[in-house]
Amino acid sequence: MAINLPIYMDNHATTPVDPRVLEAMLPFFGEKFGNAASRNHSFGWSAEEAVENARAQIARLVNANPKEIIFTSGATESNNLAIKGVAEMYREKGNHIITQVIEHKAVLDTCKRLEKYGFEVNYLPVEKDGRINLDDLRRAITPKTILISIMYANNEIGVINPIAEIGKIAKEKGVFFHVDGVQAAGKVPVDVQKDNIDLLSLSGHKIYGPKGVGALYVRRRNPRVQVSAIIDGGGHERGMRSGTLNVPGIVGMGKACEVCQNEMAEEGERLRRLRERLKEGIFAKLDEVYINGSMVHRLPHNLNVSFAFVEGESLLMGINDVAVSSGSACTSATLEPSYVLKALGVGEDLAHTSIRFGLGRFNTQEEVDYVTDRVVETVNRLRELSPLYEMAKEGIDLSKMNWRPA
Amino acid sequence: MAYSDKVIDHYNHPRNVGSLPKEDPNVGTGLVGAPECGDVMKLQMKINPETQVIEEAKFKTFGCGSAIASSSLATEWVKGKTVEEALAIKNTDIVRELSLPPVKIHCSVLAEDAIKAAIGDWKRKKGDTTPAAQTTTTHG
Repeated sequence: MAINLPIYMDNHATTPVDPRVLEAMLPFFGEKFGNAASRNHSFGWSAEEAVENARAQIARLVNANPKEIIFTSGATESNNLAIKGVAEMYREKGNHIITQVIEHKAVLDTCKRLEKYGFEVNYLPVEKDGRINLDDLRRAITPKTILISIMYANNEIGVINPIAEIGKIAKEKGVFFHVDGVQAAGKVPVDVQKDNIDLLSLSGHKIYGPKGVGALYVRRRNPRVQVSAIIDGGGHERGMRSGTLNVPGIVGMGKACEVCQNEMAEEGERLRRLRERLKEGIFAKLDEVYINGSMVHRLPHNLNVSFAFVEGESLLMGINDVAVSSGSACTSATLEPSYVLKALGVGEDLAHTSIRFGLGRFNTQEEVDYVTDRVVETVNRLRELSPLYEMAKEGIDLSKMNWRPA
Repeated sequence: MAYSDKVIDHYNHPRNVGSLPKEDPNVGTGLVGAPECGDVMKLQMKINPETQVIEEAKFKTFGCGSAIASSSLATEWVKGKTVEEALAIKNTDIVRELSLPPVKIHCSVLAEDAIKAAIGDWKRKKGDTTPAAQTTTTHG
């Protein structure tokens, strides 16, 4: 089978829209353009019906009730709404929030803002494998704790947290549990009942749906959770999120959830096999390659690897017909290497050499083999160019060198 | 980020990659940068003690494409120059030649440092203790 270049293997960043999703959306850009809030004519009714259908599709994916799904503009907004909304609503009850250091910035920066307004936040460390320690969590809970916010799976290393155990602890202690489920939902089974999740952030574009649409699951019973709105206006979404609904986006997200649910088992297994093939191909042909994060508790489609002595951006430049991403400082907006890898205890030297592969629905085995060959060839070429590789081969301990940073 | 054609050319066809015997009294070695910062350059020059002409230059670099290009260009430029001429190469010359964007200026600084460090090492081997040049103050 011929390979089409460039190859997209950065599916944690975003995913292409599935053609079935696009097809479901199209009528809502055309003849079905109505406002779902228009109660008095058929244009509004058909839009509302489509929105309610999507709400049910999304709810089914995570075992929720459709009434518990609030539409947003994306997971960043969902995370903001969950955390700020609970903080404001339950301020009288307490001002303490627990999260972890490797959350997405949408959670971390939301928590940082709340700190300015008098909230106290614990940022739990993670173990070497990228998961939080449950004893750390238990110890961090105080009578003032109102919320625990822990992601289901990390966007860089794909490591899955012990969500059911955290949910159990939160429930025992009477603390709300918010989960950023963006990377996990649709890829692995997420069940808000089984896992005792009270709030769950979801995104459309990570599951082969469109960008600009997301959802927040807000538990309605046992216990009932309320969030203060952060956007005021016409009182849509039961007052929790005002603003005219993005009907085509919502329809697309609903369809994307349905497809994921129907195909999750098969797709997860296929991607796991491809991921293992990629990993084994790389490890068979290169030395000094290190996996970042647990391989056991991990999304099936993620591989995060450090190629020692080869700087990440230069590797990306060498495999320029393959779209992946790096934890190297040179590829980040902040010019700092990945804070996620740093939190795992990966040295900054190795963080600069990390590459994240995010396999997806449309990747083929031929593509995986092509990517493997390109990576191996480029790493070998760059190691020939690397003074560090040469020194390591000479037996010099690089950590004992007296470096002269620029 | 889009790279300039010259950066891509040096990245794809780096000039003068390799190593010279660092024990050779006529070889100066400069090793600058740090793995934690994501770039390390090793620049070596073989210098004729009579004429002070740089007869050979080799590099190896761990770093982004711009760091590789900066050091590759540095080896091209110093070859055939006298020590004094090589010391006059400024990081801004490298920035201009490679059209480096502001976030990559530190790569050119590192290349200039590498030239000075290599010549300094050679001078030390010759028993000359005066510093090769003033340390640049534009470090990023």
